[in-house]
Amino acid sequence: MSEWWTYRPADLLMFAPRTYWRLFELQNQALWPLPVLTTLVFLAVGLGLLRRNDTALRAGTAALALCWALVAWSFHLQRYAPINPVATVSAGVFAVQALGLLALAGTGGLRTTVHLLRCEIGLGLLAWALLLYPLHALVAGRLLVQAEVFGFAPDPTAIGSLGLLLCADAKGRFARGLLGALQGVAVAWCVVSAATLWTMASQQGWVPLIAAVIALAVRWHWPHPLDRRPTGIASRR
Amino acid sequence: MHPPHPLSPAPVAPDRRRWLAASALAAGLPAWATRAAAQPAHSLLTRPIPASGEALPVVGLGSWITFNVGNDPVARDARAEVVRAFFSEGGRLIDSSPMYGSSQPVIGHALAKLGHPAALFSAEKVWVGDAARGAGQMAASRAHWGVPRFDLMQVHNLLAWEEHLPRLQAMKAAGQLRYVGISTSEGRRHAELERILRTQAIDFVQLTYNLLDREAEQRLLPLAQERRIAVLVNRPFRQGDLLDQLRGHPLPGWAREIGCDSWAQVALKFVVSHPAVTCAIPATSQVAHLRQNMGAAHGRLPDATLRARMARDVAAL
Repeated sequence: MSEWWTYRPADLLMFAPRTYWRLFELQNQALWPLPVLTTLVFLAVGLGLLRRNDTALRAGTAALALCWALVAWSFHLQRYAPINPVATVSAGVFAVQALGLLALAGTGGLRTTVHLLRCEIGLGLLAWALLLYPLHALVAGRLLVQAEVFGFAPDPTAIGSLGLLLCADAKGRFARGLLGALQGVAVAWCVVSAATLWTMASQQGWVPLIAAVIALAVRWHWPHPLDRRPTGIASRR
Repeated sequence: MHPPHPLSPAPVAPDRRRWLAASALAAGLPAWATRAAAQPAHSLLTRPIPASGEALPVVGLGSWITFNVGNDPVARDARAEVVRAFFSEGGRLIDSSPMYGSSQPVIGHALAKLGHPAALFSAEKVWVGDAARGAGQMAASRAHWGVPRFDLMQVHNLLAWEEHLPRLQAMKAAGQLRYVGISTSEGRRHAELERILRTQAIDFVQLTYNLLDREAEQRLLPLAQERRIAVLVNRPFRQGDLLDQLRGHPLPGWAREIGCDSWAQVALKFVVSHPAVTCAIPATSQVAHLRQNMGAAHGRLPDATLRARMARDVAAL
């Protein structure tokens, strides 16, 4: 692109906001009532994590992989890419993330974190993604049929993933590295989405950004422990 | 002071004029819409393409953003209604690009739905850095539109124009397209564009020009006029920003003198009244706005004195 420095982000936006929000309406209509079922499944996963259940963590991570794969195919490729060719790249990233989550769920080293407060904040993010994020449509003056639903829209899926992964510790260098990379991808998507939403003059851009900042801060404050898992009851830290 | 420019009425069948007036009234459209529809369509302003003398209505239809609605069936049908209204108002030129996402297939959907109106003047672009891939891209564009050939093919944003222009000229010579052009937007690369206008045998140039972005007046528009190159004007509303800025301000008295009852018509009449301009291509997703835009292709245009005042008054708002 010549004279690229003269382009503003808005110059690169090739679709109208109304067209963008309509994508979610079409997505919800096409997949209804799966969004409700998915929300119920992940509420159950959240309850399991509240009880520090490792099986719930592994099952939730595997289910999360399906969600990222579904968003890659059904949202990015089928709906978003026709109006924004860059979405084909996003679809690839989401597909790779799905494979990574599947691999993480399959490693023996995944377990609920020893940091209770980190997990509680993570569950808060998951609950936000599951229950509150769809309501942003109403707050912004859009119809509820255009709600962005966890597991079917990229932003709540990324935010909920950050929450769930904050509940996890990983044993072994590979699993730890994989866990960190998966969190990194979810954070990166939140930043990309915030930039897109701001370019569309939507204040909703703050939401994924705040979620990403919370996840990064929590992750930094309570890092993954090394391979040794402490015995006994963990402190509130 | 610009020399007077020939403006010609576009012939339209009397039956259609009556139908337009009756349907607009029956639909209970706003006052400006019924006026535009009831107005004799033969007053639609046209400009000749210098290379051929072929008349083009001074208002066309752009498709950047507005026609990029993807696979949404409801939005596709809504855009088809915009295209239907465009042709019913006497419009001809529709402009698009491979860069505009799904705009091409959405236009194709509209044209197929309308039975491929004979009045269509199809303006497309080739937009690929590797010129060897240009032919394939143009073939894909034709398939999207559902047309056997394009009337006008432009090199988009001057991208690889040295390689593309000879191919386009050869296609024109072979009857595979009718006119060759080049495009830019938002005032970029004007020096290079000027060089192309001076040295290349092209039929059309597309550039940005509006009440606030008037750099083209200095060199490009006079040069196009001198070289007998037709001018398409994109972003006549600054992608809507200009109208947003003017919204809420009352129309000046001079707007009524030239038959404008909206800022959109003021902006368009300013653009198309420049003697070098052949056609402005505003984009819209709404039938009401389309009809409003087409209203600028009727009636009196401002002279050079009024044009200067228009630019001055709008800049002061």
